Amino acid sequence: MDALVVGTIIKIVLVLLIVSALAGFGTYIERKVLAFMQRRLGPAHVGPFGLLQIAADGIKLFTKEDIIPQHANKFIFSLAPVITAATAFIALSAVPLFPTFVIPESLPLIGGAIVPSIIADVNIGVLFVLGMMAAGLYGPLLAGMAQANKWGILGSARTAVQFLSYEVVTGLSVLAPIMVVGSLSLLDFNNAQTGGVGSWLIWQQPIAFILFLIAGFAETNRTPFDLLEHEAEIISGYVTEYSGLRWGMFFIGEYANMFTISILAAVIFCGGYGDIGFVPGWLALLLKVTFFFFLMLWVRASWPHIRPDQLMWLCWKVLMPLAVINIVITGIVVMI
Amino acid sequence: MHEEIIHTDNTPKEKQNYVMLKLGRTPAYGWPAFKQVAKRAVSGELLVGLWITLKEMVKTLFMGGKHTTMYPFEKMPIAPRYRAIHNMLRLLESGHYRCIGCGLCEKICISNCIAMETRYDENQRKEVSEYTINFGRCIYCGYCAEVCPELAIVHGGRYETASEQRASFSLFDDMLTPIDMLKQQQEFAGFGSVTPNADAAIKKTPLAY
Repeated sequence: MDALVVGTIIKIVLVLLIVSALAGFGTYIERKVLAFMQRRLGPAHVGPFGLLQIAADGIKLFTKEDIIPQHANKFIFSLAPVITAATAFIALSAVPLFPTFVIPESLPLIGGAIVPSIIADVNIGVLFVLGMMAAGLYGPLLAGMAQANKWGILGSARTAVQFLSYEVVTGLSVLAPIMVVGSLSLLDFNNAQTGGVGSWLIWQQPIAFILFLIAGFAETNRTPFDLLEHEAEIISGYVTEYSGLRWGMFFIGEYANMFTISILAAVIFCGGYGDIGFVPGWLALLLKVTFFFFLMLWVRASWPHIRPDQLMWLCWKVLMPLAVINIVITGIVVMI
Repeated sequence: MHEEIIHTDNTPKEKQNYVMLKLGRTPAYGWPAFKQVAKRAVSGELLVGLWITLKEMVKTLFMGGKHTTMYPFEKMPIAPRYRAIHNMLRLLESGHYRCIGCGLCEKICISNCIAMETRYDENQRKEVSEYTINFGRCIYCGYCAEVCPELAIVHGGRYETASEQRASFSLFDDMLTPIDMLKQQQEFAGFGSVTPNADAAIKKTPLAY
């Protein structure tokens, strides 16, 4: 077989395995970080530093009874978590993760395979990733509407409102960097910023960066914008009736989306996997993604929720006008 | 799991300082509201929140600022006024139980959970032949300890009352001070007595609005 095809298959398997494992690890990190910020310990009893809590949670999710409510639309009810998880992973397929890597010839079977930095280098990478993440909206939306539960309906209504609104801000905020780079491919974004920290797009587009982060928080359903399943108001929103592995799939999807947004922020604005001085590119990307992931937990520990009307106000009266102004200014500067 | 139990004292050591905030009125309309939003967005008030949580995290991780008590292994000291499972005390000189079988505790018990039977022994002294407390009914009001003329029944500090058998707490012999522990038997400080560290734990209530 072609060396690139083998490498791509290896990459697909690696991304699937590592990201779904990271989703579990992400919950552990989240609980630990939140605990430390609230002067607690977090999971501490299962295994060293509570690390086996991930395994314990996994076993619990697998063995839990799978309940489908009597009046739910069973087909859509079981389809919805698959949509969330699948779209999250499909979005990852067009995101460059690490520099291209050749497996040494000495290894049997897969020796010489070229592992590409990106699984599918579609030349409209940004559009594809954002489109897939937007399609992920159908997960919570259908889940909430299929479960015959008023909290679910409220959750799915909020899903539609929040995701559709913030899709606009994400798109508009990414538009300005696209105009600067002149390409939709994420590889081109990465290659445009290889000249060290000074060449990062964040210095040229600080407003777009902040807008993208805010919208990213809203699209991954993170605090302060986690209105989809805000316990204090709507029990658990769209996941009210879910249990066991179906519920787990929503969270694997959510954490995969968090990683996607973190990687996107790193690739589009912060130099991707370009080397920083003596730090090799793969480590640099890992550090950046870790920082953005930590930022999501940090913000969750620090800031309170906002109301749905404040959410809409923020989106349509503050963020969208700012994004449009940013695009106009960028356009004028690029033209000159 | 039965390791040595460490008693920690988690009452705040430093003095509490409450500060009044000058917040003013929330603007309700148009231009002033917009000015407030713009001011707050630019002045970095959001970053103050981030800074506080980061500071707390560093304190927790590296400066021993954790507030968690590892409960089954560490326990907080409880106040002498705490009313948990009863103790039956002994006379210090003879080691005989103090209870004289007067029945006042049984009489006063508002949830009817104390049951006792008495009889005359060979010296025509009253002795307690049966004494049980039904802890499924007991509301730990403390009347029994208050009414006892001999300070025989008092409230102890055993608050971990989960068990397979309720009877493991409720028999007279279980509540009675073990005869070899007579030297360590502590006198009940009585109702209204204060915690040993009450002065340190006291806080000013922020009610000076």
